Amino acid sequence: MQHGKYRFIVGFLVVPLGLYALFVIWPFIQSIYYSFTDWTGLSPEFRMVGLDNYKRMFDDDIFWKSLRHSLLFALVLPLVTISLALFFAFMINVGGKRRRGGPVISGVRGSSFYKIVYFFPQVLSIAIVALLFAFAYNPDSGAINALLRGIGLDSVQPLWLGDPDLALWCVMAVLVWSTVGFFVVLFSAGMASIPADLYEAALLDGAGRATTFFRITLPLLWDTVQSGWVYMGILALGAESFAVVQIMTTGPGGPDYSTTVMVLYVYQKAFRDGQAAYATTIGVALLVVTLAFAALVMRLGRRERLEY
Amino acid sequence: MGSTSDESRTPDRTTPATTTRTTTTGLGRRDLIKRSAALGLISVPTMGFLSACASSGGGDEEKAKAGKKTAKNPLAVNDTAQMEFVLFDGGFGKEYAEDAVKIYETNFPKAKVKFSATQKIQSTLQPRFNQGTPPDLIDNSGAEQMDMGVLVGKSQLADLTPLLDAPSYDDPNKKVRDTLRPGIVEMGQFDGDPVWIMYYAYTVYGVWYSQKALESLDATYPQTWDEMLAVCEKAKKKGIAGWTYAGKYPYYLPFSLYPMIGKVGGVEVLDAIDNLEPNAWKHPAVKACFEAYYELYKKGYVLKGTPGLDHIQSQTAWAKGKALFIPNGSWVENESANVIPADFDLAVSAPTGIDSSDKLPFGTIWASGGEPFIVPAKAKNTAGGMEQLRVMLSEASSKNFTSKVKSLTAFNGGTDGITLTPGLKSGVAALEKAGQNVVNPRLQDWYVQLQKEKIGVSGLGEMMAGRLTPAEAIKKIQGYADETAKDTSIKHYKHQ
Repeated sequence: MQHGKYRFIVGFLVVPLGLYALFVIWPFIQSIYYSFTDWTGLSPEFRMVGLDNYKRMFDDDIFWKSLRHSLLFALVLPLVTISLALFFAFMINVGGKRRRGGPVISGVRGSSFYKIVYFFPQVLSIAIVALLFAFAYNPDSGAINALLRGIGLDSVQPLWLGDPDLALWCVMAVLVWSTVGFFVVLFSAGMASIPADLYEAALLDGAGRATTFFRITLPLLWDTVQSGWVYMGILALGAESFAVVQIMTTGPGGPDYSTTVMVLYVYQKAFRDGQAAYATTIGVALLVVTLAFAALVMRLGRRERLEY
Repeated sequence: MGSTSDESRTPDRTTPATTTRTTTTGLGRRDLIKRSAALGLISVPTMGFLSACASSGGGDEEKAKAGKKTAKNPLAVNDTAQMEFVLFDGGFGKEYAEDAVKIYETNFPKAKVKFSATQKIQSTLQPRFNQGTPPDLIDNSGAEQMDMGVLVGKSQLADLTPLLDAPSYDDPNKKVRDTLRPGIVEMGQFDGDPVWIMYYAYTVYGVWYSQKALESLDATYPQTWDEMLAVCEKAKKKGIAGWTYAGKYPYYLPFSLYPMIGKVGGVEVLDAIDNLEPNAWKHPAVKACFEAYYELYKKGYVLKGTPGLDHIQSQTAWAKGKALFIPNGSWVENESANVIPADFDLAVSAPTGIDSSDKLPFGTIWASGGEPFIVPAKAKNTAGGMEQLRVMLSEASSKNFTSKVKSLTAFNGGTDGITLTPGLKSGVAALEKAGQNVVNPRLQDWYVQLQKEKIGVSGLGEMMAGRLTPAEAIKKIQGYADETAKDTSIKHYKHQ
């Protein structure tokens, strides 16, 4: 029977792989093909134009701006979100003071309440979150400036989304707010599987919270952190960043191109300007960036797996 | 990609045979493998089939035969052919179109009309254009509007000249084109004579304000810029800002800025800008108007925080009396109806000029068509689509539209005998005052990206937020215009 093994495995894999090829690989191939044409997206006629779209892309200032912003998103967002989420998860699960008669390892007081609160934003759709924050950032009657006025800071009334120096950070803050809860829950689950006796041993040796976190929690959680990192990066390069930029920002994509990202530019070229072929070209660039990001994180994060 | 669909059909026919044979012998491992392989075989051609959908098309389907041309049916509509009408379901709703469809059905009782209304014009219709089976009449409007320039450039639209030359619905001695408001026919042209688009609504752009608020300041609408600054100063003393605008979408500013440029320097300046002529933006009239607007910012007459407001937020602040003036279009009355107080006394005025040495008189205003209706070239029943438009351009249908949605239509007239809302009334008065001095800048329908994100957001928006001086803004915008003029991937247009 040995000789039929591979055929048997292939037999099982053929359907999922076929579906994967149909709905994932094939669209990729198609877009790469269209990026060599001058297809408008509004009529069935098009012709091959070779590398024209790519040449154009390399000369396109807006493309470079959007690439820069996308890279910044992919770099800053995972860093901030995951650090915050790790901190919160640690405090919720491990960081509490030892209480008389309680378990050795416990979270801060009220941790189960915090866990629910952090997860709330995850329940809201990203479009609603973006709209809510668009109202909050309203310089005239929004919540944030009203708060500043309320505490006597009448002279500090930033334009938020209307200010090219602030707009991108405003958008990032929203994404952090809306995604951090998911990672808190993810990391909490990971921390729950770390055996308590490891912590006990550390405590006996006199380790403080910081030492416990860096010497025990983080190394044992590394796999989860790594996949969280990739997930967050892809999210920051893809749909989520599009939604917030499209809904919240000036233009959208501004002011003065200060918040434009690659996905938004793909959308605008394909569906506003009727240049579907050029949009797919930018899409190919986005694919390259995303793959490079994932490869980089996997490579840098490679460590020996710890068994426990 | 059209060829792939043909190849794909061949393996399709052979695979079912394998699968049916195996079912009779029970489920051995071998059969399982065979079956999986068979499924795999199917999935490959399906891929080809799906891909064929994306960008290939038949389009060879037969068009409806022409009907009999009579006095009542000048477009020779086939009275048994189906007519399909897709409407943008936006601020104007769909009732006005449904009413017009009913008239069509009464006139052609044997014809079937397929009517649908959607906000997702592009997502529903783009695939049908790609397949060559578009509907017969489309209201191509809203956020998902399909790019007109591309549709025209790729010969996807039918020339509406037969409709314009047909007798009008109300008066057989008058052609349809003679019943329309000024500028409507020209707006439907892109290059040369054919008319590709029939704009149905008629929008008045300008400076919108509350007559009551002005009166409480003992002021009338200012006609020169010095008067404008004086009114703003008066308002400022009372704690009211002079101006606000949709700061997040600064391409609302041109609604009063462009006609002002036209008034100061003459229509030629606007035409040169539309034609993307070199140095068009460096004309002294442009400079004077930019500096005038910049002064509003400099003197603190613009509502604080305006650059961070979107259109709704700025309109709300303005309706609450926080600012006197807002550049906008006649839709503002409907859009902000729930925040405009009952005693607001909404009015619109043509933009304020610089002084009496301006080329055109005070009253020069921007008015143009909205709600672009198109008849696709590959539609099966183009005559039916055009006939439906002819019905909509009758006096009765036009009145029905105006009374239902508070907007004028392309039909010249149609306001007698119905009560007009304050804003609409003031719009009609402004149009009367303007007479022939109606300007119609085309950047917003010819070069969307240039108008919205380049001139609007990165030029005017930055200047009005105080981050660019007028001279810098002009230089930047001229650079964008030159870039657009050179861009070979964009179709270019010229004023006739």
